Amino acid sequence: MSNTELSSGRAVVAADDFDRRNLDWYVDKAVQVLVFICGISAVIFIIGIFTFITKEGYAFILQMDWVEIFTTQYWFPSDEEDPEFGILALIAGTASVTGLAMAVAIPFSLGGAIFVAEFASGKTREVLKVLVELLAAIPSVVWGFIGLSIMNPLIIETFDVPVGLNVLNAGIILGLMAAPIMTSIAEDALKAVPDRYREAAEAMGATRWQVIVRVVLPAARNGLLGAVLLGVGRGFGETMAVLMATGHSVNIPGSLFDSVRALTATIAAELGETAVGSEHYQALFAIGIFLFIITFIINLSADLIVRGVREG
Amino acid sequence: MTMPTPVAQEAKVKLAVQGLSIRYGHESALRDVSLQIHEHEIFGVIGPANSGKTSFLKTINRMDVFNPNMHVEGAILFDGRDVRQWRNVYALRSRIGVVFPLPVGLPLSVYDNVALSPRLHGGQSQADLDVIVERCLTRAALWDEVKDRLDALGSMLSGGQQQRLTIARALSQDPDLLMLDEFSIAVDPVTTMRIEDVLKELRKEITIILVTNLVQQARRLADRTAFFLQGECVEIGVTEDLFTGAVQDRRTRDYVEGKFG
Ligand SMILES: Nc1ncnc2c1ncn2[C@@H]1O[C@H](COP(=O)(O)OP(=O)(O)OP(=O)(O)O)[C@@H](O)[C@H]1O
Ligand SMILES: [Mg+2]
Repeated sequence: MSNTELSSGRAVVAADDFDRRNLDWYVDKAVQVLVFICGISAVIFIIGIFTFITKEGYAFILQMDWVEIFTTQYWFPSDEEDPEFGILALIAGTASVTGLAMAVAIPFSLGGAIFVAEFASGKTREVLKVLVELLAAIPSVVWGFIGLSIMNPLIIETFDVPVGLNVLNAGIILGLMAAPIMTSIAEDALKAVPDRYREAAEAMGATRWQVIVRVVLPAARNGLLGAVLLGVGRGFGETMAVLMATGHSVNIPGSLFDSVRALTATIAAELGETAVGSEHYQALFAIGIFLFIITFIINLSADLIVRGVREG
Repeated sequence: MTMPTPVAQEAKVKLAVQGLSIRYGHESALRDVSLQIHEHEIFGVIGPANSGKTSFLKTINRMDVFNPNMHVEGAILFDGRDVRQWRNVYALRSRIGVVFPLPVGLPLSVYDNVALSPRLHGGQSQADLDVIVERCLTRAALWDEVKDRLDALGSMLSGGQQQRLTIARALSQDPDLLMLDEFSIAVDPVTTMRIEDVLKELRKEITIILVTNLVQQARRLADRTAFFLQGECVEIGVTEDLFTGAVQDRRTRDYVEGKFG
């Protein structure tokens, strides 16, 4: 068969084909629409939550004394005569616990990720990865229970302090809780560094450790930063474990052994017993908005940073 | 002034390979190769794809340890000492510069790419480093193009620039043996010529193994050349002899004349 015959024969059929919408075409369109709906639903949820918050709070968001809420530290919402709604101490509580948690989680997760990604191989690596993922799946109430029943007496005994529910307890619990997911993300970031970089550096006489410190970690910088930010986001948003392990008393902590109270725990503990629309309710609402904005910013920047890794 | 003559029978032996065989699993990649590379010579290795050239280089600086599947037999004496007897492979590797076929610009700044090796061993002042970086980049014919953006990421340079960066990095080790594996694959002809000139200069100071699939490049540069074919070292001789017909094996002549490849 000659070439011209073939192409002219095809051309006749093709003229028809170009105009006919066949089953493939409809399936393709349907899948496109379906995927679009799924994708857009996440956005719809966020917008929905945001609308709910603004609608609920619309009446008082504008007339609330925001300056006082954020700059005073006295939270006495159910005081009959003179209730006070300063959340500074709550912010300090959340921040101190999250800060300590990161101090615990960053070395653990970075070390773990380096070991799993750079040194472990074969079976060890697979087993470790599964273990890390299992750890990440432990419900936070279980961690809270550990804080309450194991860490609490341990801290009282070791440091000879009256209460063991404090910044130290919650920080360690939260750190251990955030570490697995941070390890997992950090490990992904290290694995994304191509082997040819390692080989090139090793060929120059760099030791394994020098390769990691001088080439792999700098190359994975963004992914590692993303892992830390996700951990921070987790710390800010965590509720149950900190409710159980902090001691839940309003305090600007002066030491690791002071009990504190977290923003999230306050909402969880008090929202059920406040009258809708009351001043107390409004204050809790303000906390919610604050948390929403903070975690949104943290997660967004973590996401953008990790994304930057893939494109750069 | 003793300029080494190309034949250099009396020259000092830098690298002596004795009965070297390489296997990947059960597949043989190199069989019973014995050769000697003299100090201050450019030793060419030519041969078609799959002839075992890259595998040969990997055993010299012990890159074979990365591949548990790779089995090496025989001896490679570097300055008279078997490379597999070196307790500290890092010390061995730091004396051997390697340039891979595909450029590897590390995701560090151009400056840090070149300063990496000196920093590994420490002791240099910032001023020393500046001097080393400029000298190595100049030698690799890259300085003029990057001197205004030493902060740019090495991995963001063009392919040809990254290859010259790789060469500069290998030179920054101040190696006594430089191994180049098809370095010109990603480099334009003009730059290739400039780098070839640099290699001719370097020969006065160091020993160079030049693996190339361009037989004319071997002819231009190499004092002596080995011809590898399917894991066998078919011929070793003064380069010019390979081209003028003074060869023992007719497969060598067929190859340099482009009859197969
Ligand atoms: N990592 C590896 N694992 C298994 N086999 C390999 C590996 N590297 C090389 N080989 C095999 O060893 C033989 C020689 O390969 P080598 O890369 O040394 O050839 P080469 O002469 O460098 O070829 P080219 O000119 O294409 O670079 C080939 O048959 C190849 O399939
Ligand atoms: Mg090769």
